[in-house]
Amino acid sequence: MSFILPFLKIDKTVQDRIVPPSGFTAQLTVLTSAAMAFLAVFALTLSLATGRLADRWAGELAQSSTVRISAPIEQVEAQTKAALAVLETTPGVREARALGADEQRALLEPWFGPTLPLDSLPLPVLIDVKETAEGYDSESLRLRLAGEAPGAVLDDHTRWRKPLITAASRLRLLGVVSLVLIGGVTAAMITLAANAALAANGQVIRVLRLVGAKDGYIASAFVRQFTFRGFSGALFGAFFGTVAIALLPDAQTTGGFLTGLGFQGYEWFWPFVIPPFAAFVAFGATRFAAKQTLKRLM
Amino acid sequence: MIEFNNVAYGYGGQDLLTEISLSLAPGSFHFLTGPSGAGKTTFLKLCYCELQATAGRVHLLGKDTRNIARDDVAALRRDIGVVHQDCKFLDHLSVAENVALPLLVAGKPRDETNLNELLSWVGLSERADALPAELSGGERQRAALARAVIMSPEVIIADEPTGNVDWEMSLRLLQLLVELNKMGKTVIIATHDMHLIRQAKSQVQARVLRIANRRIQQAGVDL
Repeated sequence: MSFILPFLKIDKTVQDRIVPPSGFTAQLTVLTSAAMAFLAVFALTLSLATGRLADRWAGELAQSSTVRISAPIEQVEAQTKAALAVLETTPGVREARALGADEQRALLEPWFGPTLPLDSLPLPVLIDVKETAEGYDSESLRLRLAGEAPGAVLDDHTRWRKPLITAASRLRLLGVVSLVLIGGVTAAMITLAANAALAANGQVIRVLRLVGAKDGYIASAFVRQFTFRGFSGALFGAFFGTVAIALLPDAQTTGGFLTGLGFQGYEWFWPFVIPPFAAFVAFGATRFAAKQTLKRLM
Repeated sequence: MIEFNNVAYGYGGQDLLTEISLSLAPGSFHFLTGPSGAGKTTFLKLCYCELQATAGRVHLLGKDTRNIARDDVAALRRDIGVVHQDCKFLDHLSVAENVALPLLVAGKPRDETNLNELLSWVGLSERADALPAELSGGERQRAALARAVIMSPEVIIADEPTGNVDWEMSLRLLQLLVELNKMGKTVIIATHDMHLIRQAKSQVQARVLRIANRRIQQAGVDL
């Protein structure tokens, strides 16, 4: 990175005034960089939040499953005992425990309220199964349960967990793609602005060449300007984007996904990466545009 | 110093200059003359690598310019001071900043005392902070001459330096160029002003090169 440093020297000497500031391209670059940094903060938030969501779903739901006993009332107790016996002798099952009435009430409370008369409802018995790290063979367990307790249904969550994790992972990927696109659009816009500035300063470039300036010197005059503009614009955009994210509602357990949009812990560091990255993009884009333009001059 | 070996330069399939062979010795003084459109500026551009010969060889300060690298062209131009007819200033910088521009791009420190002496030599001490647009034609030419010599180049090329100034100012410019030649610099001046050439003869031994029919003819010291 040390090769960038000479291009970033910021002082108001003649060297910095060799290229006259052109109002339009200067404002366009700062504005583009600010807008893109603002959007980048949101794309970053989306990517991080969906990443957390996918990890949480995967973590919470992995290695746990449920056996549901749906049988005539007089057989429920016997089938529950049979199912528990099967589970206790199944390799890969760490713990199997039938949920009590209070636990079942707590599960249903969000939907039916706290006064639910559980005794009068034909609710199935639920057995909470914890797996070992290796897990169990779900197909052979299903076959054994079917033989010993015909009313037992094994739900290992795979059926609905996988699509959720896939959706969350794709949202995370979408966030990353958005960041890449934002970086690409920023580079394209700065290249266009730099090209416009280079074309507008054709006479300046010719004079500099005639008095003995090397291409690197001329390019650095433009690169310094655009790198600084890219950085300062991104600083504004990232700052306001971060403030906007900070003003979003707090993440709550009952709030669902939308209230989880935001940064947590060390993630608040990430928006600070955006301005240096924007400066790097501006540096590369302007250097490329300058080299292409200078190649055409003798 | 500057050597042309059977050089031609063409553009769009048409030769503008052809069969040019000459050698300009160090410390010599040359006038380049000929009618408008004869190719004087084209010849001078070949002398500071703004154009590349389409045939033959051009050696500038010992360097063959045929496959010269871009950075070497820049380095070469620091040893060849050029006064352009239209001066070619950076209009947003002051006269002093424009004069010191070659030092800046070469990464050399700007010595204020030397700069002031140089501006004084060309009579522009009072105009150091003015913008180029605020200068008269003669002042612009003198500022361009100061910029051309600030790097103490071996060769000084002036393209119609007196084209836009009165006779008195032409003589002043000529005197400055003669002084430089007496310091050992090689001077090439493109002009169609015969009075100026005759005036120079009384001060310096000058060789006159005349471009006609796309070729250079050496007119000798006497016109």
